[in-house]
Parts: sequence; structure tokens; C-alpha cells
Amino acid sequence: MVAAADAAAGGLGLRPGMPLAQAQALVPGLAIHPAEPDADAETLRRMAAWCLRYAPLASPDPPDGIWIDATGSTHLHGGEAAMLRDLTARFAAFGMAARAAIADTPGAAHALARFGGGQKQARMLPVPLRERAGEKLLLQCPIEALRLPPAICDGLHLMGFDRIGQLAATPRGPLVRRFGTVVATRLDQLSGAVFEPIVPVIPPDLIQARLTFVEPLLTEPAFSAVIARLTALVCGDLEKSGQGARRLDLLFERVDGAIPVIRVGTARPSRDPRHLARMLDERLERIDPGLGVEAMRLIVTRTDAAPQTQTAALAERTEAPIAELVDRLSNRLGASRVFRNEPVESDVPERSVRRVPALERAGGATWPADLPRPIRLLDPPQPVEAMALLPDHPPLAFTWRRVRHRVRHADGPERIAGEWWKRDGEMRSVRDYFRVEDDEGRRFWLFRRGDGDDPATGDRRWFLHGFF
Amino acid sequence: MFSTQRARLDDLRAQIARIERGPVAAPGQTVSMGSAEIDAALPNGGLTLGALHEIAGAGPDTEHGAAAALLTAGILARLTGPVLWTMEHADLFAPGLAAAGLHPDRIVFAAAGKEVLATMEEGLRHTGLAAVVGEIAGRFSLIASRRLQLAAEQTGVLAIALRRSRQFDDPALMEPTAAMTRWRVAALPSPPALAHAPSVPGLGPARWRLTLTRCRGGEPGTWITEACDATGRVHLVFDAADGSAAATQRVRA
Repeated sequence: MVAAADAAAGGLGLRPGMPLAQAQALVPGLAIHPAEPDADAETLRRMAAWCLRYAPLASPDPPDGIWIDATGSTHLHGGEAAMLRDLTARFAAFGMAARAAIADTPGAAHALARFGGGQKQARMLPVPLRERAGEKLLLQCPIEALRLPPAICDGLHLMGFDRIGQLAATPRGPLVRRFGTVVATRLDQLSGAVFEPIVPVIPPDLIQARLTFVEPLLTEPAFSAVIARLTALVCGDLEKSGQGARRLDLLFERVDGAIPVIRVGTARPSRDPRHLARMLDERLERIDPGLGVEAMRLIVTRTDAAPQTQTAALAERTEAPIAELVDRLSNRLGASRVFRNEPVESDVPERSVRRVPALERAGGATWPADLPRPIRLLDPPQPVEAMALLPDHPPLAFTWRRVRHRVRHADGPERIAGEWWKRDGEMRSVRDYFRVEDDEGRRFWLFRRGDGDDPATGDRRWFLHGFF
Repeated sequence: MFSTQRARLDDLRAQIARIERGPVAAPGQTVSMGSAEIDAALPNGGLTLGALHEIAGAGPDTEHGAAAALLTAGILARLTGPVLWTMEHADLFAPGLAAAGLHPDRIVFAAAGKEVLATMEEGLRHTGLAAVVGEIAGRFSLIASRRLQLAAEQTGVLAIALRRSRQFDDPALMEPTAAMTRWRVAALPSPPALAHAPSVPGLGPARWRLTLTRCRGGEPGTWITEACDATGRVHLVFDAADGSAAATQRVRA
């Protein structure tokens, strides 16, 4: 029997479930590989573990799916759409065709990934199913998307049900009498009325610690105490292996099967239990303990080599205190929003500054002191209306945001040529910068596109670029 | 007689200050405002570390606070160690800060959106920093400012609230806060670059009116200064016309 067929085989008319003899008759010289369900399951489990890079919870969904609980993780990958694109692109790079969907319930994501027409994302309200933009897509999915046994699907088709929407609009009673509760359960799982837990894969080779409790825990102080113990356990293991934690996942195993997760990252490998515990404690308020938490598991999902002893880190001791602060702020605001600035050798002002991670080794470089530069830069520069004599006089007055500023003093021009080696469009372009002071004494940084003479260098429009 | 009274008063003042400040911060450590004359008017001879200070722009510069940011950079340039500068959106231009003597390697920026106050507090609870600057848009409640002041007292980190507002001279900027000193920086028209040849085009040093609107344990005052130089110092302007320091009137309040 044909167990699976890829796109090329499908094009030749082969279908899963077809007897092997029929397949060989259809396609002479067919290459056949025996099915290995155990190896497939193992591969799927490994792939699910790989998916932990996207979110703390992932689980294989045999035979051909992976669940990822992306709650609170998508912003780390540039949003939901970007995360799905990244995910499918990486699988494509492995030579696997994957379809991904994101939705509010596992059931809905399952349906959309398989029947939603390729890479789709849908947002839906939990209960009840209603005709909304994202749900419309879902309601148009065939009933096969409900994960029902084939016999029930056939039965529903016989009764004239083809789409989920038709089923959702039908009274439940007769359906349950005829097919049992499974149809109703699947519909409720789709809409979120019934919670469906994901059983996460735990890669066994990671440093981790788990504590189970006799009585379910509910309060933040209790969680804090557990966190302190877990971080101490984990840091002991990290110490032995000479590693430091870069990313930690803390799983709260609730009595009802749900697993809320805290994920924190560090900018530098750390195995200071106090520091790690403090970062986790700060996130506790986001955790809904439900009816109680019966076990907590702390997993170090990313590590980096860290010097074995404290004395080895002596050279970095002056920076170390900042590392803790940077970690806490990065976890609160997002890592890209905590940064330092570094000079870049470029004459174009907006390109002369680069953002680097706050803990990057300081280069010591700064900008040339002889070029006056504003303290605030408008990005992008704002067009102003200015009156000036050509070719290289400063403006006599300019109007910005409908306020006219008469120029009393001015200095310039400072000519900045485009960097043609970076962009073709800047082959000949030129900006002439002027520092000007208005009647009130405010100082502005204005520029004119073009050298004021040759139109090829710019269109002679004026812009306000900064304030002194 | 007089001197003993004075000594006793000083002692009492110190006691009150200790009670107010709490136990941790080193007493009376300061950083210069950048000018000996201005420092002389401040209670501890400079901006007290481990306290909250407030700097705002004035008039049309209230929104961008460019002069206020430059003055702040000049103050930070005189400290050593890393500083945290947090604001809603990063619109500072680091080369401009470097021009006041504040090296880019020392500044950690945090674009904190709506969490500027929380980020400031987080930074102030951290002893590894020299200073924390927060650009606070609009209102700054007494409670929020007191929280920051307390956090600063405990670690001895200098806290600067850089007030900004979309409104010119927003009345919200005048509401009381727990800041130890409150400053306003207003741009003034600068004289011609060459005093002897006013018709020659060019830009001399910018001019500010620096107003100390409130000072705990001190008196308000106004000074006319030149903008921060390359080392972050501000120089008082002495009016050449009558040969006196007339432009530097202290307003007795």
C-alpha cells in the first residue's frame, strides 16, 4: 500500500492508500521506499525540538504536524506573519515543504495549515464561531479539517455537510446522537470553548530541573521560592559544564493541563542564580496559575561557554553590573530597544551612527569633533519652505510646520556628497548643510538638496534635519 | 556667639538632610553644573548625586528639548561610568552628545515607549550606573517623581528628568514634583560671531538663559550663559557693554 506520496508522485496519479500493485501499474519503474513509521515519529519529535527556537512549547502532532505554542513569542521574530515566513523558509531550506498557520486554538491552526490554502494566518475570537474575517476562512474549510475519524467524515458527507461552517450552524443534539460527542468536541476545540493542551517535547540533552509539589501552588511568593531553588539547581549544572545560560524557559504545569511559560534571555552567558531568578520573578505577574500549578520545570534552552571561575571574569568586572541591568531591560522592552551607539565612517549624517548591542565591547571611537552636529536628528528630514540666494547662500527665512523663522545668523554650507559606492542613486547627489539661528536664538540644521547650480546634484528643495 | 549659632544651624541642617536622604547615599557628593558661579548658588556646591533633578526646555524648544539635552550631556560628561538614557523613541543624535564631551561608549540607550518611568526606576536601583536620564513627555506626577527620588537616594545615582511636551511652556511642566532642583533652558539670540564686525556672517557660540526655578535648600536664580562647550562646561556671559556682570542677575526670591 502507498503510505505517502510527494507532490511529484501526486502528479503521476499516486495517492496514499492506493494498493502498491496499482501504483506500480500506473507508473512503471516506480522507486519504492518502505515506510518507517517509527523513524518518522522520531524525526518529527526532533523537528519539534528544533522548533523550540521559536517558542518555549512545541510538540509533535503525528503523523505530519508540529504544534508550536507561540503565545507571547511572535514579537521576538518580527510578528506573526514574519515568524511563519521564517519558519516555512527554514523548512524549505532543509528540503521540506511545510505549511504553517497561526490561530488562537490548536484546532484552528491545524485546520488552517492543512486546508486554509497555503501559508495563512487567522485571528479568531474564542467563542462562539462567528462570521469574521479570520473565521470565515476557517468556516470554509472542509470538514476533514476537524480531525474526525474517516468514517464520521464519510457519514457527514452523506448527510450533506461539506464545510465546517455548515456543521457549526447545525444544532448539536442530532449530531451527537448520530456520531457521538467527538464532532461537538472538535468544534469546541476549534473555537476554543474546550481547552486542548499541548504536551511539549523536552529535549533530554538540555540542562534542566523540575520540581513537583504535593499541593498545587497558587501564589507569587510560592513561585518565587521555587524559582530560587530551580535556578540554584540549574546553575550548579551549568557550573559543572562550564556553561552560562543565554535563554531560560520556565514551564508551569497546571493541574488542568495548560502550560504557561516564561521565557527570558540574557545578553551574556550567566550562571548567577540570583540574577536569573530575579529576571524570572519579574515576569511572574504574567502567569495565570489557574486552579494551581503542580510542577515547575526550568530548562536552559540556550547556553554559551562561560569562564569556569569568578576570577577569570576579573577583567570584565567593571562591565558586569551593567550586564544584569541590560538583561532586565532587554527582557522588559525587547533586546533591540536597549542599545549603544557607535560611529560609522560615513559622511551622510544618518549613516554615521550605528546601533550595537549594549554589551558589545566598546570600541572607543567617537565622531570627528570639528564637525558641528545637532543633538536631535529628525528622521526622515522634514521638508521646509525656504528662501535663499543661489548658489551657496544660507536661507533668509524658512517655514516649518506653518511657523516662519527668520534667520539671523547662519554658518555654512557644509557640503556632503552622496555615497555613490553605497547607492546608485547617490552618484552625483549633494547636500549643502547650514546651521542657522532664528530670531529667538533657536538653532536648526537645514540642508538643501543639490549644490544650487547643477540640477543633476539635487532638486534644490530644503529640509530641516535637526536641532542644536 | 554668632558663629556658634551658625555651627548649630549647620549641624541641624545636616541632621535633617540625613533624615531626608536616608542612610545609604554618600552625603553631599555633587557634580558641577559646569560653571563655578552657578555651583556656588547650589546648596552643596553642585548638583547633588543620588537625587532627582529636572531639566526642561522653554518656549518652542519645549517639544524637542534640544538645549536641555545638550546641557544634560554636558553634566554627564563630568561624571565617570556608564549612563542610562531612556526615552519614548530614540531621536537623539549621538555625535551631538559627543560634541558636549559625552563619549558614545558610556551611554546605554533604552527606547522604552510608555515605560520610561519604570525603566528609569530600574536603572536607578542599579549601583553600576553613574546617572540615569529619562525623557518624560507631558505629565510627571508627584508620586512618580518621589519614587524616582527615593530610588536615586538609595543608590546614589544621579537622576535627571528631561521634561518634554508638545505644548509650548506646558503648564504640566510647572506642576510640583519631588525633584531637588528644577531647571529651564531657553535659547537666547546670540551676538554676531565677530563682535567688532557684525556684518560678517557666521555663528558664534549659542546663548542660553538658564533658570533655576526651584531648589530644595537653595534659592532660585537666572544666568545667561553660552551653550555647552566641547567639555560640557557652560560659561557665564558678562555683558561687555557696561563692563559688569549685569546679565547674570540672580533673582532673589
